[in-house]
Amino acid sequence: MPEITMLETIWFVLWVLLWGVYFVLDGFDLGMGVLLPFISSNEQERRVIYNAAGPFWDGNEVWLITAGGVTFAAFPKAYAVMFSALYAPLLLLLFALIFRAVSFEYRNKVDSDGWRKAWDLCQFLGSLLPALLLGVAFANLFQGIPIDGEGVYHGNILKLLNPYGLLGGVLFVLMFVYHGSLWLGIKSTGGLREKAVRLSKFIWLLLTLVAVLFLVASYLFTNLYDNIFKMPPLAIFPVLAVVFLLGSRAARGYAAWALNAGFILCATFFGVLGIFPAMIPSNIDPAYSITAMNAASSELTLTIMLVVALICVPVVIAYQTWVYVVFSHKVTEKELQSEEAY
Amino acid sequence: MDVDVALLSRLQFAVAVFFHFIFVPLTLGLSVLLAVMETIYVRTGNEQYKRMTKFWGRLFLINFALGIVTGITLEFQFGTNWSRYAEYVGDIFGSLLAIEATVAFFLESTFIALWHFGWDKVSKRTHLVSIWLVAIASNLSALWIILANGWMQHPVGYHLVNGRAELENFFAVLTNPYAWGQYFHTLSGAWMLGGFFVLGVSAWHLLRRNETDFFKRSVRVAAAFTLILTLLVAVFGHSQGTSVAEYQPEKLAAMEAHWETKSGAPMYLLTWPDEQNKRNYVDIIPVPGLLSFMAYTDFGAEVKGLNSFPEEDHPPVLLSFLSFRLMVALGGLFILLALLAFLYRKDLEEHPLVSRLLVCNIPLPYLALAAGWALAEVGRQPWIVYRLMRTSEAVSPIPAYSVGISLAAFIVVYALLGIVAIFLLHKYATRGPAPVPGAAATEGGK
Repeated sequence: MPEITMLETIWFVLWVLLWGVYFVLDGFDLGMGVLLPFISSNEQERRVIYNAAGPFWDGNEVWLITAGGVTFAAFPKAYAVMFSALYAPLLLLLFALIFRAVSFEYRNKVDSDGWRKAWDLCQFLGSLLPALLLGVAFANLFQGIPIDGEGVYHGNILKLLNPYGLLGGVLFVLMFVYHGSLWLGIKSTGGLREKAVRLSKFIWLLLTLVAVLFLVASYLFTNLYDNIFKMPPLAIFPVLAVVFLLGSRAARGYAAWALNAGFILCATFFGVLGIFPAMIPSNIDPAYSITAMNAASSELTLTIMLVVALICVPVVIAYQTWVYVVFSHKVTEKELQSEEAY
Repeated sequence: MDVDVALLSRLQFAVAVFFHFIFVPLTLGLSVLLAVMETIYVRTGNEQYKRMTKFWGRLFLINFALGIVTGITLEFQFGTNWSRYAEYVGDIFGSLLAIEATVAFFLESTFIALWHFGWDKVSKRTHLVSIWLVAIASNLSALWIILANGWMQHPVGYHLVNGRAELENFFAVLTNPYAWGQYFHTLSGAWMLGGFFVLGVSAWHLLRRNETDFFKRSVRVAAAFTLILTLLVAVFGHSQGTSVAEYQPEKLAAMEAHWETKSGAPMYLLTWPDEQNKRNYVDIIPVPGLLSFMAYTDFGAEVKGLNSFPEEDHPPVLLSFLSFRLMVALGGLFILLALLAFLYRKDLEEHPLVSRLLVCNIPLPYLALAAGWALAEVGRQPWIVYRLMRTSEAVSPIPAYSVGISLAAFIVVYALLGIVAIFLLHKYATRGPAPVPGAAATEGGK
């Protein structure tokens, strides 16, 4: 087997980072969408939830596009095999995201309860399904999927819904819902804020339980810990994940949210670095696995992409952060009355 | 390879890409006009231009939402349905898509939010900068996408190693002449569409004498813009035609229904291709040498006929031919209409016939742009990457039933979304602008 090059390693790490950042950013608005029917008791509260995601969700979703684009550019074979193998769940995820995105923009465009209810349903399902499917997909990658030497997938969507895959799905949903409840606590006031804060403590408990379960199941059903045994410093990720999750329970407001963001990032790194250098492990024969070596683009492409990324990504982070600062205020009644509000 | 999967995947991609491209051109064109309107507002302080920015901006946002989400499915379809293609060209094609996301799409999505929600949050100037950034970013985004498409049309800067096309010269990919020709033609078409959209909706209100001052100003912002663009789209279109002649002679022969190689080839005003027998049913009213002239700027030049290429390399003729003629005919009509709108821009409300024509015209630029892309993509067949990879070799190893189900889902979902979007655009376009600030009803602006 050829040695992995420096460039390929860097791109593998960047690849994990992009997915992680996507989970952190879109995670909270997906989480709020899942919470929507459970936490809101009137129209005003529902609108606060929509507007708490208002200026952010679109920019957050671009991280998914970039994660997809970078998979395509840096590891074309991984992109090809991953998305053709996960055909049905991926398209389901995309359709869900379409309905969710449109629900933001179209919900308040017609003054009718039925209209709003229909879009609320889209917002809920459009948030729940992506969270669940992303979890199911990544958990299946962690334990390997049946691909042969030609990159042909021998399975179906039901095979993805195995116990470990489903556990991953539940973990992602809870992770995002917790993230969303913390965000809502930051952005809302009065009764809704109290509800969000109270609920976040309860969800934290569920999340912690499922996270522990997932760590144990990963030990039993996957090889995610092998890399840590080979290279003990990598243990920093699961350890930090636990620390951040515990810290997030003790902290409040932005600090709690930021600590949970750290948890999500570390959890992503723990999982995906666990399969390194594979990107899509084959459970038919490890030799069939798609790896950072056999999937990578040419050195020239990787170099050019790295230059682009090193210049542009910091700029993106800078202006996105600035927009977060501009809209860092709470969603107030006055806010909701503006004609631009969702 | 399973033929059914290829056919279903092609249909699915066609549905997805044509639906996406209903929303894209308005985004490209209207963003520029919005930026111009807001610039006038910031420069003059005239509140009417702020109202205009908000009114057209609302329509822009309704349209924008669908453009974004339908674009996401396209990016992933290269993996889901065209995985062999993705593997073969990812080194080049994938990197262009990734750069598009990093350089342009982030900018567009972040600043559209700042613009949408930021009227009272940032200074006038920052708000203005944000709409300019949206306009620049969306048009920049189109550039990267078309560089990617241009590479499929005329692959450059690659070498074949490890069973795939790998990047050899990035600069050659960035300066691909075919792609730049496509870009200017597409962009001018999209801006023209945006202009006609503003003219059409304004004309609808002027016919009803509704907010006359408001919509006359809108007409005056759009009229000259649209006229110039209808001319540019024709100029760039012609130059794109010569590019096709140079780089894709089969496509040229198909779109002209030109079967036999000829020097001084004429163009016929009336033609109908007989694809089966590789000739035309009718060829009437020839203009001598015109085809040679249009293709090579030389009345005597030799134009290769389709029959001089192997049959397995022939693109579908009838579809290419009809798309081309439809596009060109509409392009001519647009010049006349834009000229009328320009001449009567100062008192359009006194010219109900011109106004009515402008209203009826609203869907036609969409049709012309769709026809143009149909020609570009159908005319490239049977290749997915011209003379490098056949479409039939590019498809994913997935069962046909999966694609059948997803194709049905695409059709249902997109039809539904299309209806909702058109309903909302119609509703907000016909409702007109919000009442003048100061009247108790609105509190939005300061």
